[in-house]
Amino acid sequence: MDGPLLKTEGLCKDFGPLRVLRGVDLALRQGQKMALVGPSGSGKTTLLRCINRLEVPSAGHIRLDGELIGEKLDNGRYVRMSERDLARQRMEMGFVFQNFYLWPHLTALENVALGPWRVRGLPREEAFHLARNVLDQVHMGHKAGEYPERLSGGQQQRVGIARALAQQPKLLLFDEPTSALDPELVGEVLNVIHELAQEGRSMVLVTHEIRFARDVADEIVFMDDGVIVEQGPPASVLDQPKHERTRRFLGQLRTG
Amino acid sequence: MEAKGGGGIDNIPYYLGILLQGAGITVTITLGALAIAVVLGLVLAAFKVSRIPFARGFVDIYVEIFRDIPPLTSLFIIYFGLTYIGIRLDPIPAAIVGLGLNGSAYCAEIFRSGFAALHHGQREAAAAIGMTPGMAMRHVVLPQALRITLPPLGNYGIGLLKDTAVASAVAAPEILYRARNLATETFETPLIYLLVAVLYFCLTFPLARLVDRLERKRRSWS
Repeated sequence: MDGPLLKTEGLCKDFGPLRVLRGVDLALRQGQKMALVGPSGSGKTTLLRCINRLEVPSAGHIRLDGELIGEKLDNGRYVRMSERDLARQRMEMGFVFQNFYLWPHLTALENVALGPWRVRGLPREEAFHLARNVLDQVHMGHKAGEYPERLSGGQQQRVGIARALAQQPKLLLFDEPTSALDPELVGEVLNVIHELAQEGRSMVLVTHEIRFARDVADEIVFMDDGVIVEQGPPASVLDQPKHERTRRFLGQLRTG
Repeated sequence: MEAKGGGGIDNIPYYLGILLQGAGITVTITLGALAIAVVLGLVLAAFKVSRIPFARGFVDIYVEIFRDIPPLTSLFIIYFGLTYIGIRLDPIPAAIVGLGLNGSAYCAEIFRSGFAALHHGQREAAAAIGMTPGMAMRHVVLPQALRITLPPLGNYGIGLLKDTAVASAVAAPEILYRARNLATETFETPLIYLLVAVLYFCLTFPLARLVDRLERKRRSWS
C-alpha cells in the first residue's frame, strides 16, 4: 500500500458558534514525523484530538492506512461506527496527553500492562512482560512498581508514552507532551521521543519547542486560526517562511 | 435465665441476652439493606451518568421521591401497602427492602459525586488505548470512584444501622422492638434503654473508627 498512513480531508470542528478547524487536509507517510506548530488557539490540539476521535469532527473524514476512522460508508453515505469498532481503531493510534492522565490507582507497570492485558486480551504474564520491556525502552524500568503520585512529571510522561507504545500503534500522537513539565524535566521526555523518531515510528507532534521540532520532525505544519498556513521541511518553514503569519509567529518566539 | 423479682442490676445479664438476640436481627437488616442500597445505588448512578436521557430522568425522579419520604413511610408502604397487590413480606425482609430502596437513592448520589470527582482525562486515557466505555468504567472509573466513595458510604452505613430501629414499627424483632417489650413487661424502662444505647454504641463505634481511617487514607492518596 503506497497511500499515506494518515490522511485527513476537509476536517472541521465547531465548538458551539466557534469554528476551531476550518477544513484541514493533511497527509502523513509511513515513518514520517510531523510537528504541528502555531499560536495557542490555532487548532493544533483540536486537530490532534480529532484524529483519534477524542473530539468528533463537525465535518470531514480521517483515514488510517486507507481505513475510515470513526465512520463507515453505507450505500455511499457516511455513518458513525459503533463504540466497539471505534475503540479497536483507537488502539492503532497511541495518544500522549499534555497532563499525562496516568491512572493513580495503578502502578507504573500496571498502567502500561492494562492495555495489552484487558484490551488486547494477551495472557496476563505476557502483557506484564511486554509492559516491562516497554518501560525499559523509556528508561523507566527501575520505577515499575511505583504509583504515579511518587513519580516526577517527566517520569509520569515517560510512563504515559510507554502506555501508548504497549498497544503497538501504527502512529503516535503527542499533544504538547512537555508543556506541563518543569523546565529541568523537559529534556528526558524529548530524549525518549527523539529515540522513538529514530526508530522510524510515524508520529504527529503538537509542540511549542521549535528547536526540538526542527530536530525531530521532517515536516513542519504551521497552523493559524484553524487552517494550515504553510507546511514543508523544517529548513523551509522555519528558516524561510513564505507567509507573513508564519514569520510573525516565529519572530515572536525569538524575541519572546 | 428468668428475670428475677427483685429487679435492677441483677437483671442486666437477662436483659442483655434478649437484646443481643435483637442485635443479631439489627445487623442482619443493616447488611441486607446495605447490599441492596449499594448495588442498586451503583446501577442508578451508572444510569445517571449514561447518555440515555430517559435513564437519567428516571434516576432523578427516583432519587427525589425517596429523598423526600421518611424511611418509616416507605417501610409502611412496603409492609402494609404491598398486601393490596398480593405481596406479603415478613417484617425482616420488608425492613431490608424498605431501607434498601430508601438507601439506594442516597447511595446513588454518593456514587454520582464519586464519578464526578474523576477528571475526564482519566476516561480519555482509557479511550485512547482502545477501551470501550464499559471497559473504562470497570478498570478505570469504578476502582477510583469506589475508593473516593468509601468514607461517605461508611457514614451512610452507620446511619443505616441506627435507622434500622424503625423496623420495630413493623414488629421486626430487632433491638428496639425487644427493648420495648421488655420495658412493658418489667417497667425498668430507664435501665433497658440505657442498655440499648450501650449496645448501639458498641456496634457503631468500630464502624466510625474504620471510616475515620479510610478518610485519612483517602487524603494521602489524592
